[in-house]
Amino acid sequence: MGVLVQAHDLAVSRGGRRAVEGVGFTLSAGEALILRGPNGIGKTTLLRTVAGLQPPAGGRIEADPDAIAYAAHADGLKGALSVAENLRFWRDVFGGPPVEPALEAMNLTQLAGRPAAMLSAGQKRRLGLARLLVTGRPVWVLDEPTVSLDAGSVALFADAVRAHLAAQGAALIATHIDLGLPEARVLDLGAHRATATAPSRAPASFDEAFG
Amino acid sequence: MLALLIRDLRLATRAGGGFGLGLAFFLIVCTLVPFGVGPEGGTLALIAPGILWVGALLACLLSLDRIFALDWEDGSLDLLATAPVPMEGAVLVKAAAHWITTGLPLVVAAPVFGILLHLPSGAQGWLVAALLLGTPALSMLGAFGAALTVGLRRGGLLMSLLVLPLYVPTLIFGAEAVRRGAAGGDGTTPLVLLAGITLATLAAIPFAAAGALRVNLR
Amino acid sequence: MSIWEYANPVKFMRTSGAVLPWLIGATAICLPVGLIWGWTVPEDYKQGATVKIMFLHVPSAMMAINIWVMMLVTSLIWLIRRHHVSALAARAAAPIGAVMTVMALVTGAVWGQPTWGTWWEWDPRLTSFLILLLFYLGYMALWSAIENPDNAADLTGVMCLVGSVFAFLSRYAAHFWNQGLHQGSTISVAPGDRISSVYSYPLYTCMLGFFLLFVTLLLIRTRTEIRRRRTAALLAREMRA
Repeated sequence: MGVLVQAHDLAVSRGGRRAVEGVGFTLSAGEALILRGPNGIGKTTLLRTVAGLQPPAGGRIEADPDAIAYAAHADGLKGALSVAENLRFWRDVFGGPPVEPALEAMNLTQLAGRPAAMLSAGQKRRLGLARLLVTGRPVWVLDEPTVSLDAGSVALFADAVRAHLAAQGAALIATHIDLGLPEARVLDLGAHRATATAPSRAPASFDEAFG
Repeated sequence: MLALLIRDLRLATRAGGGFGLGLAFFLIVCTLVPFGVGPEGGTLALIAPGILWVGALLACLLSLDRIFALDWEDGSLDLLATAPVPMEGAVLVKAAAHWITTGLPLVVAAPVFGILLHLPSGAQGWLVAALLLGTPALSMLGAFGAALTVGLRRGGLLMSLLVLPLYVPTLIFGAEAVRRGAAGGDGTTPLVLLAGITLATLAAIPFAAAGALRVNLR
Repeated sequence: MSIWEYANPVKFMRTSGAVLPWLIGATAICLPVGLIWGWTVPEDYKQGATVKIMFLHVPSAMMAINIWVMMLVTSLIWLIRRHHVSALAARAAAPIGAVMTVMALVTGAVWGQPTWGTWWEWDPRLTSFLILLLFYLGYMALWSAIENPDNAADLTGVMCLVGSVFAFLSRYAAHFWNQGLHQGSTISVAPGDRISSVYSYPLYTCMLGFFLLFVTLLLIRTRTEIRRRRTAALLAREMRA
């Protein structure tokens, strides 16, 4: 099993302040890792850092940026385009597999022709998750993927993740609720909260450079 | 990259996309100016090159905040940043889409507005050529301004303040070419300089704009 | 020991604190001497007493351009070497530069009225300064609009870079434009042409005075900025503790 993501002594800062530090984990093919922790500890920031959207405040990440598919609170959908058009656009950008199986997996085939603006919040979410399937990328980095999903859709999502893991994929998921993925490892970020008195290090933010 | 261009064009032409809004704005400017300066053909012909160019500038400015702001709000920009498309390429494509939906219609329709403002017929060709060469720079510089202010809630006014000074060289050379044409002269020199500015802008600004976007995304 | 050591905030504060009293003193001597000297020069045979505006106009115009160049250099240092003091120095310099530009424009108008018979002439040089003022205003507005200081420093740095290129382009475009309009424009505000030593010595003193004034203000403003950042950092640390 190949290692897909490795984090060493990772620290991230949010809003100019260090949020978590000393985070280390390894994510191999076929594995899922769930991040837990209270609100505001920096789960989203950590995921954005892993996805390469922002630089770490300390430590390092070993991952191929072209292996990661990131999904956040906003689904990146255009209301004026139809469900299929939205999905096809992301397929073309990422150059992944065709869209029909993805629509099928997220139970969206019936809605394919409908403008995304007319979808309910849960349906939009499902479309956002279907996007992961058409990226063709092995590592899914998911930020609260089950927001506004009903129980049936959560199960659908768990099935999709499981199928992805079975195909030698991996998933890094920040969530509060039980996803029905008992095989996933759990990393509690509460233990890595940044302390006020830390040894000297590179400044986490502009202002801290003058502290 | 082609997929991105097609999507942006499709979004612009769908309902609420704002396609043609710039053209309508241009028409309003050309209608209002005679009310302000009087209907005499001679006066209008004299100021026509300037009015047409300033009108094109403002029409372009009007739709700049759509370049990145919408993609920023719905999270598309995050996803594009993680996509296998270089950010510079995405900036270039988005500026191109902006140009096709705003600049190109102006270029095509400009002779009509030139007639409204009594632009001498000898200058019509110069007008079209100058707009064709100059408006891509307007879209590209606008994309840079939009990238700088994308994270700001009320960035529109600030963006105008940042972008309009950058338009000065384009405006000067563009209007000068038309003015020389209207005077029966040869506008080649300003036209060549205009093309030079546009080419340099297209070559260099995507890097600055992509850098600004990366800063705003983190 | 390298020059980059001064990029360390502590070192910068210590050094600038030691230099500042001397700078204030030098400015306090040089600027009044230059201005009073300039007040006493004989009237020009052509321009009369208005020639004395030169002693405000020329140094302020010179500083307006030089301050932008200094901002460009400090922005580059921040973007390349990530020295925080450098970014703050660029921020601190901008309002001074904007004031200098306004001063150059206003004194130019006051000078132009009796000399050319108009308050404002779309002369390429004046136009370039007006455009420069717009760039200063945009730069300052961008700094104050962005809340995250890291982002603000980066984005204003990029803006300063692009703005410099376009300010430069605009200057040449303005030359092209006005010559294109009025063939053989004879108006020139260039002070250098065969200026007699009666004027040049007080002018040099004024230039030096303005330069010292700028450095003094810049150091004071940068020190204030650094202290503000330090306060913010301490406050953030306290809130977390």
